[in-house]
Amino acid sequence: MSQSRPFRLPKGGRLIDRAYQLPFRFDGRHLRGLEGDTLASALLANGQLMMGRSFKYHRPRGPVASGAEEPNALFGLGQGGRFEPNQRATTTALVQGMILRSQNCWPSLDADVGEINNWLSPMLPAGFYYKTFIHPRPFWKHLFEPIIRRSAGLGRAPTDPDPDRYEQAYDFADVVVVGGGIAGLKAALAAAKGRRRVLVLEQSPNWGGRTPVDHKGGEAEIEALLAELRAKKTVTLRRNTMATGLYDHGYLLAREALADHDPNAGIPRQRLWRIRAGQVITATGALERPLAFSGNDVPGVMLASAVRDFIVDYGVALGQRVVVVTNNDDAYRTALVAADAGLEVAAVLDARVQAEGELVQAVRARNIPVLTNTAIAKVKGSRQVEGVSICDQSGDGHVTGGIDCDVVAMSGGWSPVVHLWSHCGGKLIWDEAQAMFRPDPDRPPLGADGKGNVTAVGAAAGDLRAAGDLERDEGQTQPVWVMPAQAPYKLRAKMWLDYQNDVKVTDVELAAREGYASVEHTKRYTTLGMATDQGKVSNINGLAILSKALDQPIPATGTTTFRPPYTPLTLGTIAADARGDAFQPLRKTPMHDWHARNGAHWEPVGLWRRAYAYPKGGEDVHAAVAREVLAVRNSVGLLDASTLGKILVKGPDAGRFLDMIYTGMMSSLPVGKCRYGLVCSENGFLSDDGVVARLSDDTWLCHTTTGGADRIHAHMEDWLQCEWWDWQVYTANATEQYAQVAVAGPKARELLQRLPGTIDVSPEALPFMAWAEGELAGIPARIYRISFSGELSFELAVPAGRGLELWEALHQAGRDLGVTAYGTEAMHILRAEKGYIMIGDESDGTVIPQDLGLGWAISKKKPDYIGKRAQARSHMIDGNRWRLVGLESLDGRMIPDGAYAVDAGENANGQKKMQGRVTSTYHSPTLNRPIAMGLVRHGPERMGQVIDFPTPSGETIRARIVDPVFYDKEGGRLNG
Amino acid sequence: MAEALATVARVDGLGMILIRADLARAGDAIAEAAGLAIPEPTRIVSDGSRSLGWMSPDELLLILPAGEVAAALADLQQALVGEHALVADVSDLRAVFDLTGAKPDQVLSKLCPVDFGAFPKDGLRRTRAAQTAVAFWRQGKGFRVIGMRSTADYLGLILQNAAIPGSDLDPR
Repeated sequence: MSQSRPFRLPKGGRLIDRAYQLPFRFDGRHLRGLEGDTLASALLANGQLMMGRSFKYHRPRGPVASGAEEPNALFGLGQGGRFEPNQRATTTALVQGMILRSQNCWPSLDADVGEINNWLSPMLPAGFYYKTFIHPRPFWKHLFEPIIRRSAGLGRAPTDPDPDRYEQAYDFADVVVVGGGIAGLKAALAAAKGRRRVLVLEQSPNWGGRTPVDHKGGEAEIEALLAELRAKKTVTLRRNTMATGLYDHGYLLAREALADHDPNAGIPRQRLWRIRAGQVITATGALERPLAFSGNDVPGVMLASAVRDFIVDYGVALGQRVVVVTNNDDAYRTALVAADAGLEVAAVLDARVQAEGELVQAVRARNIPVLTNTAIAKVKGSRQVEGVSICDQSGDGHVTGGIDCDVVAMSGGWSPVVHLWSHCGGKLIWDEAQAMFRPDPDRPPLGADGKGNVTAVGAAAGDLRAAGDLERDEGQTQPVWVMPAQAPYKLRAKMWLDYQNDVKVTDVELAAREGYASVEHTKRYTTLGMATDQGKVSNINGLAILSKALDQPIPATGTTTFRPPYTPLTLGTIAADARGDAFQPLRKTPMHDWHARNGAHWEPVGLWRRAYAYPKGGEDVHAAVAREVLAVRNSVGLLDASTLGKILVKGPDAGRFLDMIYTGMMSSLPVGKCRYGLVCSENGFLSDDGVVARLSDDTWLCHTTTGGADRIHAHMEDWLQCEWWDWQVYTANATEQYAQVAVAGPKARELLQRLPGTIDVSPEALPFMAWAEGELAGIPARIYRISFSGELSFELAVPAGRGLELWEALHQAGRDLGVTAYGTEAMHILRAEKGYIMIGDESDGTVIPQDLGLGWAISKKKPDYIGKRAQARSHMIDGNRWRLVGLESLDGRMIPDGAYAVDAGENANGQKKMQGRVTSTYHSPTLNRPIAMGLVRHGPERMGQVIDFPTPSGETIRARIVDPVFYDKEGGRLNG
Repeated sequence: MAEALATVARVDGLGMILIRADLARAGDAIAEAAGLAIPEPTRIVSDGSRSLGWMSPDELLLILPAGEVAAALADLQQALVGEHALVADVSDLRAVFDLTGAKPDQVLSKLCPVDFGAFPKDGLRRTRAAQTAVAFWRQGKGFRVIGMRSTADYLGLILQNAAIPGSDLDPR
């Protein structure tokens, strides 16, 4: 037969508008489609049949389906940041100016070098990749792996940021109907009773499913149903919305396409709906199965339903002369539609011995030859169908004749779309009569009440004749898994199951021979169903072949697992608005903008951003940190400490409660005083620390670390609500109510005294570890005389809304004192110089307070506190724990943070034994030398000993064990 | 160009007082001191100037003009003398936004897992907006949204993003 091409029919096409032409580009060529076209229909209308290359053998491929199951016609779409790989031509609407790029071919779709794999196919059977692991060994690393890695992957990943906007939204409905075909619309109407809210989701832009194509009067019936539904206020109809996954408790995700067709509309491109559904009705229809005959992947071989979809919906014919091959009556519709469209139908080849249904009779009445017990032995042509050789279905492929044609419309029967049903635990049964897996109505997904919360209806439930009165009498489908039934190896090796991944009948048979009895293992070994179409057209045929090879019934083989999403979701839709500035909430203190204006180098602390240092002029960060440390030591510095947790604890039992929460005694703290406290977990490990102030007889204010605020508040509420529910204690997390400023340095008091106010900060009125409240610079304030730097220090707490005002007033008043804002790094160094521990540096969840020499903060008088029992366990008290010491580098080099000190000998694994590690290490600007703290076995008893810290570079840094307090051991500076 | 689904405006000048107490025992005293009835669970009562919201079985939030906070604190503390209760000024702890315009519920529907079809007229909902904690209630024909002070910029941004013109949730 001479070369022919697909073409646009002179009339017809219910979804296109011939008045509006849309120009687009395909691999550099300028083409035109029509309003309403998909990419597939537009390309076919332009005579373009080949739309891709297969993954492994790079065989030429045309579209085989017309919907979401299409495995072949995938394109890279768009340019730059909008480039998207693997876009399905059959479900992507054509947009004016669209730019399409073919995939998996080089240098071009027509002349693809990779096609050589096709001739090498005998050397690339199922599992060949895994076999390269085994033998010969060097080949894998040096030959196969680099080549496979380069050729793997379908389509290219985009490299630029996606310029489009995406969003999510929540919805709630009593009933969600998935699928806007006739079964779904009827189910929605039945469900819309009383005040029940019904949501109907349809993945395509068009309502009706197959009914308008397959049935006379179908379109009118759908319109009537829609009109009735639209009149109901309780019913919401959403098109372009694909239900991607169903999860526990009726949680349904769906993707609505909003601006796929118009990226420049300024609105979100897609929206992910997060729906809570009381009941879900799956009316997801069924997918037609291919038949496995030799050459069933040659462009021009298409599912029978798709052939008539293209004719009816888009007025596009795949070719001039059609052969239909089938095992059921439904495919006869394609013969009728093709004949009505003026195409020549050469024959219907029916694998069944008998074909007598109404549709068959209608075809015979048109004088179209119907050949029963007839199969395709082989498709002629490589880049395009040129004809078929035919044979007996029951035989071994002995050719009995040939038919010239350019279209083969095949139908191997239908498989219900059971994905949503299966996502959440619904079970399937094998329906022998219809040769399909369908939902088992007795074993649906269960809701919280233990009752089924999903119902399948229509074709999705196995009822292939869901259109009611519109249906005609049909004969029974005959299962045909291999065509012809006794096909020899040579034919079976060219029968494609998974088109995208090039899995053939012989591959599955090979897997069975090699011992792959489980369908899940066979899937991975052969890659059957692992491509972007997730086996929508291939799975049932594949597992039928596997069952035959294993000589067991199909239900004994079962299906692979159905996992969301139903069709691929772009990552942008999942991330939605969480990008750029909205990626994560950024917590800002009341002085945040001041820090930004003053050149803060930021440090993330949880979700907070804190100023690490404030480099000035040409200063680098290290120089800024050193300057800030020295300012605190020599004059006065200001730290924004607003992020510290502040938890109010009040009630008659508050003292008793805090005695349990903290290792120390808080109930005995006098009003007006502060005490340092440690919080441990039940297992005794140090969890948090901070200063507790007693505000009144029954009220305490507990400061936590920045990261501990929410955690310790939750810890307190956990114990109060679950264990000590009868204790009269209320807590409140007041962290963000206050701005807090540490004023530290020998001139701190002088600075505070310069501000007008009512609080006496003299040593007599406000001694170390006392607090007072009143007014400062016209702002209501509380002043705590506490120090985390070892210097004379005050922490000022004011309402957050006035924090910046106080901060600026302090800078103003202290200008001539050299007042200096200092950041978190200076704060860390100041505390390390004093040997103060830092939660998260000296503690890591395995450290108890006793390890850190903090026994003084543990009350010996109390009968109990959280962690007390655990701290008495043998391993906690055996004297062999690593304990806190200072470390002094012998040669002036800094010991790297986290470095381990080696011990003599080796452990059972032949590794060097360890005896300690570094927990904090800094260059001390005050002492102008490195300082470090660490945990060392028997450390405090080994003062003066030298231990070795090997570094990754191979060098070893030697350090002397010293007291962890490097500066002002007497503590005199606390008093200025 | 279509209009934004709602106008997002930061609100200043509000005071807030946290009240924790046994509402069954101390409810009458609190109601008298606050000048408002105790709300039913998950509801809020308002007299146009002050509002009293139910936050948890033993927690209320009084929202009032900032200038009235000091006096209200004193009144509440006085009313709860002898009662186990916690009353605290939390006026600076939160950020407040008002949503007004055509479809403020749709803006919140994009951020909060809340069924607005079942949200009562006098409801107060504590939930999250995307990744930050919020609460909201109806204010006129729109909504008043409160979030944490530290994440106010984030909350303002996601509210604005959810309100962009043309992005309504109506079926299309």
